[in-house]
Amino acid sequence: MWKKVLIAAPYLWLLLFFLAPFAIVLKISLAEPVFGQPPYSQAMSLDNFAFLFSDKLYAVTYLRSVFMAACATLLCLALGFPMAYGIARSSRATRSLLLMLIILPFWISFLLRVYAWMGLMNNYGTINSLLLWVGIVDQPIQLIYTDFAVFVGLVYSYLPFMILPLYASLERMDLDLVEAAQDLGASRSRAFWDVTWPLARPGVIAGCLLVFIPAIGEYVIPYLLGGPESLLIGRVLFDEFFVNRDWPLASAVAIVLLLLLVVPIVLLQRYQARDQESTA
Amino acid sequence: MKDFIRIRGVSKHFGDFAAVDSVDLTIEKGELFSILGGSGCGKTTLLRMLAGFETPTSGTIEIDGVDVTNQPPYERHVNMMFQSYAVFPHMSVENNIAYGLRKERTPGKEIARRVDEMLELVQLGDFRSRKPDQLSGGQRQRVALARALIKQPKVLLLDEPLAALDKKLRERTQFELMNIQDELGVTFVVVTHDQEEAMTLSSRMAVMDNGRFQQVGTPKEIYEFPANRFVAEFIGTINTFKGRVAAVAEDGIKVYSTEAGVTLTALGKQLVEEGQEIEVAVRPEKIFVSKEKPDDDDDVCIEGVVDDLGYLGNRSLYRIRLESGKIVQVSSQNRRRSVTRFLEWEDKVWISWRALSAVVLLD
Repeated sequence: MWKKVLIAAPYLWLLLFFLAPFAIVLKISLAEPVFGQPPYSQAMSLDNFAFLFSDKLYAVTYLRSVFMAACATLLCLALGFPMAYGIARSSRATRSLLLMLIILPFWISFLLRVYAWMGLMNNYGTINSLLLWVGIVDQPIQLIYTDFAVFVGLVYSYLPFMILPLYASLERMDLDLVEAAQDLGASRSRAFWDVTWPLARPGVIAGCLLVFIPAIGEYVIPYLLGGPESLLIGRVLFDEFFVNRDWPLASAVAIVLLLLLVVPIVLLQRYQARDQESTA
Repeated sequence: MKDFIRIRGVSKHFGDFAAVDSVDLTIEKGELFSILGGSGCGKTTLLRMLAGFETPTSGTIEIDGVDVTNQPPYERHVNMMFQSYAVFPHMSVENNIAYGLRKERTPGKEIARRVDEMLELVQLGDFRSRKPDQLSGGQRQRVALARALIKQPKVLLLDEPLAALDKKLRERTQFELMNIQDELGVTFVVVTHDQEEAMTLSSRMAVMDNGRFQQVGTPKEIYEFPANRFVAEFIGTINTFKGRVAAVAEDGIKVYSTEAGVTLTALGKQLVEEGQEIEVAVRPEKIFVSKEKPDDDDDVCIEGVVDDLGYLGNRSLYRIRLESGKIVQVSSQNRRRSVTRFLEWEDKVWISWRALSAVVLLD
């Protein structure tokens, strides 16, 4: 009896806070915008979705968002892997200190940290002042309000989410395995690709998902650091909701974004399940 | 061939600490050589230098006439079986075994043939497509062995090969290893902390302590004629009697020991002088216990009482207290089946041993 209640709890949670809201958003996405309270009609049509697919702006924005998030994810992986590897191989005492340093930024508000980057990167900010003072440049270089700034913000903010799962899978790995590969004739780099990489893959996948999913819908970073032309889907969603007050269209945008994220994850999980089956 | 592996003046320092301290050793081709020592004695560091995972601070290592001191592990014709086995968890048994040949870019047909050979050698034919986590510890070890042997190494290094196995399996594996070694004629270098393992496996062995070899020889030499106190105490149990050399004669040294209360005779391979303070050592199984005084004059006889006794099935252990308070350990085979105890606590007994069973120990 108690067992059933316990098992039911997470399902109930998902039903209440995920499935029900999703159903509401889905319903709104099928309606038309109207003036009033609530600002949508009771109509049911796919007009909003048709509009999303007919206006190139949305397709371009989705693709840009996917591209930016994917690039940020790869950058995080490229930076995070050596860091996670280094932490996993350091002595026990240093290890907890380094992990602490990775988590430390979370103690400061996310918004505040992004603001700090504005201060660092604006035309008369710390970085430009330093470059001017040293004499590397004659006039400030445009850092803020560029895609570069968005990448800096994304990578900076989401790097810990990459490092922690990577660390978890690398820390468990037996160092003897790498030596065994070398002993059997693999060079250092060969041993890495034959042993370390495949064994770290669960961590790589988890880290990539943890970075990619929030990055794709990220609103604050592109809004504060990105240029006016760097329209991303999070921004579109926000504008449709709060500027145009077109709830149905905004909901449609959200539903499409969700599908965009869910489909690859489901595929990935199926792949992993099959992988595990062949192992078990 | 003589001097197949030649280790000359090899040291390895980690900071101020000398893990291996100017070691010299030669191992012949086809030998099964063991390096025995406690943890932290430097034996694993020495093995890792043979494998190429560590570079000696000084000295040279030659294998089959080639100086390999600075060769990386993947260029040496030496393979290692790790203590943890280090079987690749994401590869099947077959792929684990084939790994080394794949790195050599051996043709596929040849790989398939040799993998089959190896699977047969280690009797894992039925398990070829299993993943390591579906194997038992003993099976995983055989995968590790096959994986190392398939490259036909000149030397196979084995790090604590039997440590992770239970007692029954250990005994069987021990003989399997010896058979495989015999069949393939590969030189084996085994590192172990288990003296029994070293004694049964090896043709020759070295006892290591503090980064140095304390003694190198056949298991018999090391057991019967330990070079020093450390070796004597590390290998098996031994009783020692402090004493003073009374006379150095042709047929042995006469040592008067107050601890024993009598004059002892010992074989002294080492040079001792009259009046020198030394120790005489006797193994527990060389000593007999009896209720009456034995009448052989050549034997050493000492009177004592039973302080403690223990029944181990195949043999019994006695702790005999001498008049001086010295406790002597005796191990005797239980040759006859008997329900009643032959000796009881506080029984008066005589212990005796053949005069020349004792050896002289210097520090």
